[in-house]
Amino acid sequence: MAALAALFFVAPLVGLVWRAPWSSLGRELASREVRDALSLSLLTSTVATAASAVFGIPLAWVLSRSEFPGRRLLRALTILPMVLPPVVGGVALLLAFGRNGLLGQWLDRAFGITVPFTTAAVVIAETFVAMPFFVLTVEAGFRSVDQRLEEAASTLGAVRWTVFRRVTLPLVRPSLAAGAVVCWARALGEFGATITFAGNFPGRTQTTPLKVYLLLESRPEAAIVLSLVLLAASLAVLLGLRDRWLGAV
Amino acid sequence: MKDVDALRDAMRRRGTVHRLSAAALAVSLASAGCGGGEDDRTAADAPRATITVFAAASLTESFTEIGRQFESSHRADVAFSFGASSSLAQQIANGAPADVLATADEQTMQRADDRVARSVTLFAHNRLAIAVRRGNPKTIGSLADLARPGVILVLCAPEVPCGRFGAQALSRAGVDVRPRSLEPDVKGVVSKLSLGEADAGIVYVTDVRAAAGQVEEVAIPPAHNVVARYAIAPLRDSGRSESAKAFVQSVLSPSGRAVLDRAGFQAP
Repeated sequence: MAALAALFFVAPLVGLVWRAPWSSLGRELASREVRDALSLSLLTSTVATAASAVFGIPLAWVLSRSEFPGRRLLRALTILPMVLPPVVGGVALLLAFGRNGLLGQWLDRAFGITVPFTTAAVVIAETFVAMPFFVLTVEAGFRSVDQRLEEAASTLGAVRWTVFRRVTLPLVRPSLAAGAVVCWARALGEFGATITFAGNFPGRTQTTPLKVYLLLESRPEAAIVLSLVLLAASLAVLLGLRDRWLGAV
Repeated sequence: MKDVDALRDAMRRRGTVHRLSAAALAVSLASAGCGGGEDDRTAADAPRATITVFAAASLTESFTEIGRQFESSHRADVAFSFGASSSLAQQIANGAPADVLATADEQTMQRADDRVARSVTLFAHNRLAIAVRRGNPKTIGSLADLARPGVILVLCAPEVPCGRFGAQALSRAGVDVRPRSLEPDVKGVVSKLSLGEADAGIVYVTDVRAAAGQVEEVAIPPAHNVVARYAIAPLRDSGRSESAKAFVQSVLSPSGRAVLDRAGFQAP
């Protein structure tokens, strides 16, 4: 049974490698549209990860350390984008930040800012879908910190912010790294929310997964090449995490 | 049959909701003894089959209705998969289980290559139209207006038929546009318009009619317009080839024709 399960996971990957046009790989990768999609994906998923860290660390801290009514609801809302179909997430983002959306119409009227169809919309869609992965990982990290170390630092005269910065954060560094990597990989692969909220335009909102989807209809070889790049990125992420997930458990 | 048609016409004027029930009524009257054109010779004791029809996104409304007619007059159910023709052809070439394929152009039909039976039939023509946001706030009246700064334009991607046709129309009109998004199928354009995120798009006439009330139509003159020729074919390796052929027949039948006409398609 285990072998069957492994085969089930491996077969599609082997299929991808088997059909890859190795002879024209370099040429496909060098084509402008492919490079545009890859660099846009790289940029947006990195910015989305940074945004997830800035907003996600405080959220993870609140979820792990404070006790208040509605904490469980807040936690459920945080996890929601992980289980929500990404297309639904995209529609929800449109209804919130679209030109006629709840906040979007105000942005439009007050500042003349329209979010959909911009690279910023791609980052928002990716952050919406990927941030929960960061928050959950870091929350678990905060929970596993031995709080006696923090108390010891306090008794030695450190103020709360110093304790957090000098003791707690260094202790959760592995969680921060793992959370960031998983978040980045999820953002890199984002499709549904992106195409719904940000649309599809080369160089501006056409990320690699969107390009793969459209290339499959016109030039399947190029689609396979791009899929291989995504596959390699995901594999690199998992190998980078092996100490945490596969190693000393 | 004349009474049925009159009744249907009367009900149609009252709106879309009634249109469906009128069609259903017309079909049930036809099969109850009026002796319409539908052939209903399937053996009564045969088990009910389900056929899978892959059809262009622009056929969503009309094929759903034809499917309902078909189900009530044949011993078979129809399951639909609607999407960009190019995407469906690609899925079929990769072995997706389907019995019938209907595409928005002939060229895409060939992409499904050896699985398509020889009998490809051109069954409908469709034209392009400019779709604008409800109320046409940017007062768009022609293809040239799509190039105006401040107009948020959304088109189909060049990989799918409606994107290729749209590009042809724009080049015939000599208009150079800067779209904000290239959607993977025509319904993506319509939804960006009906949500109010885009001001204008180029879609099929039938899509504007299907989304009446949410988007408005601005006609493209025949000199610039492009005719999409819709093709349908049963698939060669279908295990239910009798039902598949029967479904193609109901699309080509007078009642199927009537549904397509109402949606805005033209006879080939």
